[in-house]
Amino acid sequence: MTIERPKADVVICGLGWSGSVMAEELTRAGLNVVAIERGAWRDTSTDFPPAVDPDELRWHTRRELLQPMSVETTTFRNRMDQTAAPVRNWSAYQFGWNVGGAGTHWAGMSWRFTPWDFEIATQTRERYGAAKGDGMLLQDWGVTYKDMEPYYDRFERIAGTSGIAGNINGEIKPGGNPFEGPRSRDYPTPPLKDTFWMREFREASDRMGYNPFTIPAGNISQAFVNPLGVTMGPCTYCGFCDFHGCGNFSKSSPQACILPALMRRPNFTLLTETEVLHAVKHDDGKTAKGVKFITKEGVEGFQPADIVVITAYQMDNVRLMLLSGIGEQYDPVTGKGTIGRNYTYQTCGTVNGFFPDKYTNPFIGGGALAVQIDDFNGDNFDHSGLDFIGGAGIMGYSTNGRPIQNMNNLRPGSKRWGSAWKEAYARDYNQGAGIFIQGTSMPVRDAYLDLDPDYRDRHGQPLLRLTFDWNQNDKNMLKYTVDRSVEIMREAGGQDIVVDNQAEHSWNPYMQHSSHTIGGAVMGADPTTSAVNPFLQSWDVHNVFVVGASAFPMNGGYNPTVTVGALAVRAAQAIHQTYVNNPGPLVKG
Amino acid sequence: MKRRDLLRSFGAAVTTTALASPSAAAELKGFPTQTAMSPDHLPKPAMKGGAFRVFTQENDRKTLAAVFDRMIPSDKFGPSASEAGCLEFLDDQLAGHYGEGRALYLEGPVRPETEEAIMGSPQFTQTPRQRYEAGLKALEAYAQATDGVAFHALSPDRIDEILAGLEEGKIDLPNGVQGKWFFELMLQNAREGYLADPIYGGNRDMAGWKMIGFPGARYDYRPYIEKRGENLNLVPVSLIPND
Ligand SMILES: Cc1cc2nc3c(=O)[nH]c(=O)nc-3n(C[C@H](O)[C@H](O)[C@H](O)COP(=O)(O)OP(=O)(O)OC[C@H]3O[C@@H](n4cnc5c(N)ncnc54)[C@H](O)[C@@H]3O)c2cc1C
Ligand code: SF4
Repeated sequence: MTIERPKADVVICGLGWSGSVMAEELTRAGLNVVAIERGAWRDTSTDFPPAVDPDELRWHTRRELLQPMSVETTTFRNRMDQTAAPVRNWSAYQFGWNVGGAGTHWAGMSWRFTPWDFEIATQTRERYGAAKGDGMLLQDWGVTYKDMEPYYDRFERIAGTSGIAGNINGEIKPGGNPFEGPRSRDYPTPPLKDTFWMREFREASDRMGYNPFTIPAGNISQAFVNPLGVTMGPCTYCGFCDFHGCGNFSKSSPQACILPALMRRPNFTLLTETEVLHAVKHDDGKTAKGVKFITKEGVEGFQPADIVVITAYQMDNVRLMLLSGIGEQYDPVTGKGTIGRNYTYQTCGTVNGFFPDKYTNPFIGGGALAVQIDDFNGDNFDHSGLDFIGGAGIMGYSTNGRPIQNMNNLRPGSKRWGSAWKEAYARDYNQGAGIFIQGTSMPVRDAYLDLDPDYRDRHGQPLLRLTFDWNQNDKNMLKYTVDRSVEIMREAGGQDIVVDNQAEHSWNPYMQHSSHTIGGAVMGADPTTSAVNPFLQSWDVHNVFVVGASAFPMNGGYNPTVTVGALAVRAAQAIHQTYVNNPGPLVKG
Repeated sequence: MKRRDLLRSFGAAVTTTALASPSAAAELKGFPTQTAMSPDHLPKPAMKGGAFRVFTQENDRKTLAAVFDRMIPSDKFGPSASEAGCLEFLDDQLAGHYGEGRALYLEGPVRPETEEAIMGSPQFTQTPRQRYEAGLKALEAYAQATDGVAFHALSPDRIDEILAGLEEGKIDLPNGVQGKWFFELMLQNAREGYLADPIYGGNRDMAGWKMIGFPGARYDYRPYIEKRGENLNLVPVSLIPND
């Protein structure tokens, strides 16, 4: 049996952050939208109220909100001459698996990228000369920070982001991040409060002449009604945030910010627990006619639509393009093809320290509760004498005190079992604090995505294969920023310092701190090096739009989502303001 | 009815409704009006005091207790793993989705050497339940072969010596069980049982949380965030009050 559904104006594949933002814009403009989501319907009161949410084993250790590997996994290798292996167990891949996507269980660090990130090729060449970018596939995004500002602003208003502005229309504001791009106005809600550790980090980095600020957070600080009329509540610093839902309507998420408005629109339909298998093109290959899907019961169907929007998260965006035959697979040997190109990650480290005679009370936490300095991020410092480009945000963070997760956060030399472990954990749990170094990631020729020749998912479709290892630029960058972080930890009084520089070992998905997988269907002004144009429209099949961090040609020293959300607003507006009136390429290649 | 029993009866209701309505249409138009908890997101308390479902053989339980109680012994910091319910915890975990490896990707081709080289540690296509079945038997066989007695009859010092040897990868167990990785699995699960919410059968009386000063399933620290660096003396609370 197959299901043939009535035609829609737009079909949206995956209803996470990007899908919800797109659906909201497009339905408000009057288009008839069908969204197809692989996971189940999940909502605050029915799935993660305060009586269910503070449960580490279930949500963090067993990851019950996340997409299981048995549904779909990724294969991985460091180098092209290796045979990739499938990732069988929980790892740095932490994909969404419900209506709301990873936007339900994310942490909420809510960054704009810097102006430099968007014009990385041009600005690096102009400031340091062309040789500085040797060995990297540096390319501009095809949009500037200035172009992005109104869309950033819109997404932050929907999300209710808390924070303190550092630059409003070019005027530097005390207490904010002086390096951020100019904002048109302040954050929707004020910054969160400091924990003990945030205060120590703030004062230490201030004494050292740096510029600490409370990071922008999707853990909102006071009640807020967003432009869609949805009310959010204040964050209670519950400390069960990332990997968990939020029981307080305080974490920016599709559930707390968009779905209450979207679901009430008569021109919106949602199919849950239904997986898009691939898009289907018309015979001439120039446009898509809809998508093929399969229900939970294994029934296949077809959803015809004039416009196909792929919002299945960065990795599945790339995979769906390859499975649908949209665009040409990138070949790292010839450099031809664009799908899979410019895969990047997030170059990270941690520096932990211990504070004798103090109670750090790590259980007082929020997914995005942190103080950061950006003095060593992006191109905020002179790289002339340095052997790298890029940098990292350096943050003193108070995200959680989950006891299972932290059971090995002990002073150096401690044992992991026996009375010695119990003694060490009893001593160290309430004295530990950490710095997170979240760095840029630069694209190189042999870091890319393609379809795996051997391994398949539950429906028999090939898995996505990642080929990736740290490149020299990013290793050099991380060494430099980790060293700066150790200095801050010392100045703050942290003792028995434990350093984890992730780029010191070959990359593998089981050893990483970050879930941020980036690129593979990147945006740009040049169709030979980008999969989509600056409106995220496929260069090859003009009624397909691919929205997510798959579009980033490199990764900034920040979490991706606010930039993803802003790009989604921009793409949706281009669709309903321009594309529907005159379907065709929005940009000449 | 006590809260724990109430939660159990919810659990029972889940099973029946799931059987009664196999597959409702997946199409959603409008905001779902259902306000009841989604059945699969209700708390799933472990059945405390019930019969073991996975560790049905007494000798396996004794071997496991001998290991767990050296990993987490009874001392001035708190009760031992078995006193805190970690065996019941693990039995319950292994009887469910975790034990059956429901989330894992178990498809072939299986290439153990390649996978270990690439991932930095071995990957397994046996489920956790299968790994315990084989691992506990292998520990017993090892003790019989080296010391001529049952594993649980070994002295605490001797067990510590074996555990240290497993941890360092110096001891391999019979029947292809990779000792180091079985040790890691047991260590992970023992400490999970000690530190997870008591609703899952371990961490009895919140002993693990009291040991470190974790206040448990609280959800609002606004009154405390500005007491920076202070001892808050918060009494821990569980998702389910001790009954
Ligand atoms: C633990 C964790 C913490 C994070 N913290 C932060 C943070 O602090 N700050 C930040 O900026 N970002 C953070 N992120 C990243 C953030 O969650 C993502 O960037 C964001 O959710 C991406 O939005 P998206 O719409 O592209 O994907 P998602 O929100 O994941 O949505 C994709 C949806 O598509 C569905 N889908 C996939 N394939 C198919 C298919 N074939 N058919 C139908 N549906 C499909 C999925 O089920 C999912 O619901 C975090 C992520 C994780 C896992
Ligand atoms: S820390 Fe705040 S935003 Fe996060 S889950 Fe708790 S209450 Fe919600």
